[in-house]
Amino acid sequence: MSAARDDVAFINRRSFIELHARERASTLFDVGTARELLGPFDRVESPWLPLQGVTPQSDDGCVVMKGKIAGRAVVVVALEGAFQGGSLGEVSGAKLTAALDLARADSEQGIPTAAVMLLETGGVRLQEANLGLAAIAEIMASILGLRRYAPVISVVAGTVGCFGGMSLAAGLSSYIVMTREARLGLNGPEVIEQESGIDEFDSSDRSLIWAINGGEQRHAMGLADVLVDDDSEQIGGAIRQLIEQGVPTQHRSSQAAFYRERIRALDPSRQFDPKDLRATWHAGVLAEAGK
Amino acid sequence: MERIELNYPAKRKVPRRAHVGVVGSGDLEVLLEPVEGNSAHVLIRTSVDGFHDTWKAVLDRFFSKYDGVVRIQINDAGATPGSVQLRLEQAVEASES
Repeated sequence: MSAARDDVAFINRRSFIELHARERASTLFDVGTARELLGPFDRVESPWLPLQGVTPQSDDGCVVMKGKIAGRAVVVVALEGAFQGGSLGEVSGAKLTAALDLARADSEQGIPTAAVMLLETGGVRLQEANLGLAAIAEIMASILGLRRYAPVISVVAGTVGCFGGMSLAAGLSSYIVMTREARLGLNGPEVIEQESGIDEFDSSDRSLIWAINGGEQRHAMGLADVLVDDDSEQIGGAIRQLIEQGVPTQHRSSQAAFYRERIRALDPSRQFDPKDLRATWHAGVLAEAGK
Repeated sequence: MERIELNYPAKRKVPRRAHVGVVGSGDLEVLLEPVEGNSAHVLIRTSVDGFHDTWKAVLDRFFSKYDGVVRIQINDAGATPGSVQLRLEQAVEASES
């Protein structure tokens, strides 16, 4: 944390993390332009959760809002981390996919429509496993469809983070915005510890987890584009700027050769500490460029 | 998961519908919407079984002061009676403002 940070401003900020999905989404739009699609009173909820004794939520934990940001057409999809860990099931997955597809259809009709995904999710909802997996595949296809026309921006604010299949979706997006509190990774720490042992990853070691998966490290390694404070204004500003920036000349996920070189330069037989990893990661590329 | 339905006499028209809360641990979601007629209908779906009497006591107390002709749906993930009361009051506030 930089000493130069304005502590008074930080204390007086409007937290983004403390907001629920609907509030997070609505705070991003130009005043008076947002409307919710398939809201709670449409009662399109999971048909599978009640069969397993789990109370469903009237919006299936997925809030879709359409409106304008910086005067441009944008759809915002916010996942509710407090409901079933923000997991993607049949309904929430279909809502997210449909939102992206409609944005693409509008973009093809000459109204470029960007998408902002507020990701607070552990990935596939285990109670709807196969349908959730199918949903992730559809979401990824829809991101690839839209991002040619308009930017797809993923925001991982915290505190659930973004894991599992949805981390792949984040990886396909045009830009990733993270806070220091947020985590982004394919497998969650508990999963890695369970599968590979505590020597590989100690899921009770919070500083280790954030030093690997945390927003600051992801940003320092170039795997996230913008690092922001937990501040609604700052996050909104970052999103406005990225929407104005438009589609990147090259998406991160199109640079496979570049990242393959970076990974090749790492020696996985030794244990890296996070600072060390950062340095080696960047040095590997410099060495590669010097050849 | 348990389903509980309760009915109360009511007479006052309510200006608009309201949605508050999240089905997160210890919390609940309330959907309140105006309907026609002279009674209020409450549907509760709760993840915690066996608390019918407690739910009835909380709703009885709520409707001892509230007379809106509404349909209320509660999706609950183990909220305490205090939280339920506060969410109901929040929903009423949102529907009257």
